[in-house]
Amino acid sequence: MNLAQTFLEALESLNGNKLRSGLTVLGIVIGVAAVIAMLSVGRGAEESITGSISGIGTNLLFVFRGDFSETIRNPKPLTLGDAQAIGDPFQAPSVAAVAPALQGNAEVAFGGERTTTQIIGATPEYFSVRNYLVAEGDYITEEHILGRASVVVLGPDVADKLFDRRNGITGETVRIEGQPFRVLGVLESKGGGSFGSQDDLIIVPFSTAQARLIRRSSNDRVDIILVQTVDAESVDLAVEEISQILRTRHRTPIGADDFTVFSQRDLLTTFESITGILTIFLGGIAAISLLVGGIGIMNIMLVSVTERTREIGLRKALGARKRDILIQFLTESSLLSLIGGIIGIAFGWFIAYVVGQIAAATNTDFTPVVGTDAILLATLFSAAVGLFFGIYPASRAANLEPVEALRYE
Amino acid sequence: MDNVIEVRDITKVYTMGEVEVHALRGVSFNIERGEVVSIMGPSGSGKSTLMNMLGALDRPTAGEYYLDGELVSSLTDDQLARIRNKKVGFVFQSFNLLSRVSSLVNVALPLRYAGITSGRRDLAREALEAVGLGDRVTHKPYELSGGQQQRVAVARAIINDPSIIMADEPTGNLDSKVGQEIMDLLLLLNKERGTTLIIVTHDPNIAAQTGRVIRLLDGSLDLSDNGNKSNAKKNINAKKQTTAKIDAKKTKKGGEK
Repeated sequence: MNLAQTFLEALESLNGNKLRSGLTVLGIVIGVAAVIAMLSVGRGAEESITGSISGIGTNLLFVFRGDFSETIRNPKPLTLGDAQAIGDPFQAPSVAAVAPALQGNAEVAFGGERTTTQIIGATPEYFSVRNYLVAEGDYITEEHILGRASVVVLGPDVADKLFDRRNGITGETVRIEGQPFRVLGVLESKGGGSFGSQDDLIIVPFSTAQARLIRRSSNDRVDIILVQTVDAESVDLAVEEISQILRTRHRTPIGADDFTVFSQRDLLTTFESITGILTIFLGGIAAISLLVGGIGIMNIMLVSVTERTREIGLRKALGARKRDILIQFLTESSLLSLIGGIIGIAFGWFIAYVVGQIAAATNTDFTPVVGTDAILLATLFSAAVGLFFGIYPASRAANLEPVEALRYE
Repeated sequence: MDNVIEVRDITKVYTMGEVEVHALRGVSFNIERGEVVSIMGPSGSGKSTLMNMLGALDRPTAGEYYLDGELVSSLTDDQLARIRNKKVGFVFQSFNLLSRVSSLVNVALPLRYAGITSGRRDLAREALEAVGLGDRVTHKPYELSGGQQQRVAVARAIINDPSIIMADEPTGNLDSKVGQEIMDLLLLLNKERGTTLIIVTHDPNIAAQTGRVIRLLDGSLDLSDNGNKSNAKKNINAKKQTTAKIDAKKTKKGGEK
């Protein structure tokens, strides 16, 4: 008895009752399509978030005051001195660039339009560290810092809100908290990140912000220090070096640190675990529908066994062993789920594509990704479902007594 | 004496809930190779049970049954399947053909379970020609008349060259003329191939054409009428004399009209 023959026979038998086979296959199609679509949406979300985090800047470390997990009494604020020490190539050889910054919110106005946005007081390094490029105009320079110049670089979202355009804005004067600032340039869009837009901000010279916009208790205080490491491999080393420097400077050599060095990798890990859970959750729901499809197969195969009792009896009378009957029915159920699996993959792919199109139409940076692993998983799972739910009906068929089966009406 | 079938004191007891039904109560007989035997008896006489035993579809509760020298009564299910496949050809009252597939595939089905992988189509075609259906190879059962369907079933029964053909009311679903043609075909195959033919029937006309009648009554052999011995001998002699091939066309023509 060869495989091709068994296969053909199963196909013929399924073909014999097209409507029923079709409906059974439909259950599996929906299950597999759901699995594929869900997994691809999950994967797309993951990639979208990962992409937007990577967009923040490569090899980037954030240094904050205080600690997320423990309550530190009187954490020392970060200062420009801290930033300079971190930037010292002898103390921290893994650090490539340092960008201390002040952060706050401010109201920006032009003509009748006004919007509240994030304001950042930054040094020239800030742009390179955060991968910000200007679409038009210039970056903030040392001269602007020294002269406390009233210049501002607008994020594209702010430009949209105030001017309804992103070009030809350089040279205009906007009011920040009522004070006039000349627009120095407009940033290129980095796209909407999945956790807040990176385009909704304005950047002013550090000294200007310090003196006029974001007042802090002491003069050399900074809110955040952005650190770029020399390469991705030296991130861990840089974290260690920065921690060492700050512990010495803050005189906290033992006990809890009163600062936090947060790497982009931590952020990625956090979000990856979140999207991972999301994917498993969605996939789990989809798997349940696949399971229901499998029970559908079992149902139909049981009906089919009952209906074909005489045929089974005849086959046994002609010399079919239990094994032969078992294989015959298992082949049929596996074939059902395999066909369902193949159609389901195509259908799931289509759903993922439609979701991608909808996302594109609504300007969301989100592309569902149909991975080979998802396809493999769905195929294997659907075949396994067919086999598993085929076992019971098939063994029922195989264990029929030939005499009884032949007499069955 | 070359006995293809030896039955020794076979009993069969069915348990239906609390009640035990004795379908066969110690039956013994022999059937010689090449013999044509009919089994008769009223409903409930154990006729079907005996046929199931002889066809290796079921095992007796007690007693011994030798088919072709092999003790069938003590075999496992899979071994029984092999016996049915190689040594028994079944012809049923209701034909029992697979309706979805052609005559050729129907006839070739036992070959599949015999593990024969090559040349199945040729063998099946030969068998169909032997029953006079060489031109109905690709037809499906519903495209054939009752007589033709039964011929396909006969071709299926002989394809593995069995030791015995078990025919269970082979003419029961056919009108008498077509039934007689099937009967003629079976007898012809018996003569030509020497295949032992066992026919279970109600019809005295059919039984009259067989060399010997085994009568059952209430699960035992009914020995009151046992006068057909000479008939059986005659039949065996006839088999020895004839070497002629079947005139397939003639038989077929008879089956059509």
